Amino acid sequence: MIDIKSIREDFPILNRKVNGYPLVYLDNAATSQTPKQVIKAITDYYTNYNANIHRGVHTLSQEATEKYEEARQKLQRHFNAAHPYEIIFTSGTTHGINLVANGFAALLQPGDELLVSAMEHHSNIVPWQMLCEKTGAVLKVIPMNEKGELEMEVYEQLLSDKTRIVFCNHISNALGTINPIEKIIKMAHDAGAAVLIDGAQAAPHIKADLQALDVDFYTVSAHKMCGPTGVGMLYGKESWLRKMPPYQGGGEMIAEVTFEKTTYADLPHKFEAGTPDICGGIAFGAAVDYMNGIGFDAIAAYEHELLDYATGRLLKEIEGVKIYGTAENKTSVISFNIEGIHPYDIGAILDKLGVAVRTGHHCAQPIMDYYKIPGTVRASFAFYNTREEVDRFIEAVQKAQMMLA
Amino acid sequence: MTIKEIQDTIVDEFSMFDDWMQRYEYMIELGKSLPLIDDKYKVDENLIKGCQSKVWVHAELDDDKLKFTADSDAIITKGIIAILIRAFSGQSPKDIIDADTAFIDEIGLKEHLSPTRANGLVSMVKQLKMYAIAYQTQLN
Repeated sequence: MIDIKSIREDFPILNRKVNGYPLVYLDNAATSQTPKQVIKAITDYYTNYNANIHRGVHTLSQEATEKYEEARQKLQRHFNAAHPYEIIFTSGTTHGINLVANGFAALLQPGDELLVSAMEHHSNIVPWQMLCEKTGAVLKVIPMNEKGELEMEVYEQLLSDKTRIVFCNHISNALGTINPIEKIIKMAHDAGAAVLIDGAQAAPHIKADLQALDVDFYTVSAHKMCGPTGVGMLYGKESWLRKMPPYQGGGEMIAEVTFEKTTYADLPHKFEAGTPDICGGIAFGAAVDYMNGIGFDAIAAYEHELLDYATGRLLKEIEGVKIYGTAENKTSVISFNIEGIHPYDIGAILDKLGVAVRTGHHCAQPIMDYYKIPGTVRASFAFYNTREEVDRFIEAVQKAQMMLA
Repeated sequence: MTIKEIQDTIVDEFSMFDDWMQRYEYMIELGKSLPLIDDKYKVDENLIKGCQSKVWVHAELDDDKLKFTADSDAIITKGIIAILIRAFSGQSPKDIIDADTAFIDEIGLKEHLSPTRANGLVSMVKQLKMYAIAYQTQLN
């Protein structure tokens, strides 16, 4: 059970007023808000033990190193990775994907095939397109249906002995669809292909068990799950991480450097060149602790209730509304349009009423092209949102419709 | 009327409203009176970049004065471009180049002036001025 009152007290920003109204924050799929436990971890770091890690012999450096590595272990346990060194700290999901795409450049031949789902964020499309340009590999698309679900039969047909890697999000940011990644991974492996799952949207809602999934790569951003911006995690199976060359050169990622030859550091440091976001990594660990303290089952159940309530009211009370993404299995995201009204207009009026939603193509233009729309209004709910906020949201949409129709 | 005089009139009109809702409703009304762009000019080359909604603007010289027509697929954006065009259309390119747009702030639409704002009011102003610069070069 969620104790909503006490949870909301953890988030100072929820007391804010926007344009004279109490803030209703429904842009959680873009970034989540930060609880004071995480803010405290950040101030703690800079107040008490800010130092560079891994090489210092002094106390502060050792304390910082310990905390940073402890955060890595928290992520390992949370996502059930086999080893802490399979957790690579990144600047976010995009960084993680680029790191893998770069690593695969050395492993691909012209004519090799990569499979991408039709509902990817641009960050899980463009790095692979760049990889194809570099290597002569070919990108093929797993299509989706009108409900926003992947067409698994076509996926099966697309898989072949030429397929090297399949990449797909766990949850679609624009539609909320929860993809059947267990099946996707199993089928790819049967065809001899690796799988990268973009877990950015799933991490705040689902505790993924990476060993059970048997996934090769899984990547997330801290700021979607109550952590700070600019930090994330790439999980890679040890065998893949050993096979891939380093992404960036620099300090921290080396064993020995001479002008003749440099040998690389062992995992995970091989992929962590330069001074990382030490504070961010530690705060990421605090965020994972915080969310586990509430419990992912409780979070999922509560958010689902909010989703059903909001969907029901929207469909019943807003004339001409169309929801995009009606998969059986979806998370607390409602992407919608109202007939005859541009999503931007709705977003602008909602903002004036203190309701934060996202409008536009959500960095997933292929999805908008599929539905032949310029964009949608997207309301995305988190465990700290309330039914009263859903009511405020519905009233705001009604008001916007009245003004704009 | 000069650009400044027109801007002052617009500021006067907006000063009658006490809240944002009335201002927005008026802006939406103004959008409906926008001199609409001819369909043949409603092409990608005339789209203003940096807007979440689509905005097309066309300019032509009429007796040394610049005439603007425009359209947008979003109604608020249409209102904003209508206000700008009302201030600039029928003026000489030189006056348009020299004009400032502080009146947008005065009519309580300041939030649209931020360069990061998705509707790109800043891009719209820039585009109108680019047309003015281009035609000014022709006149010289």
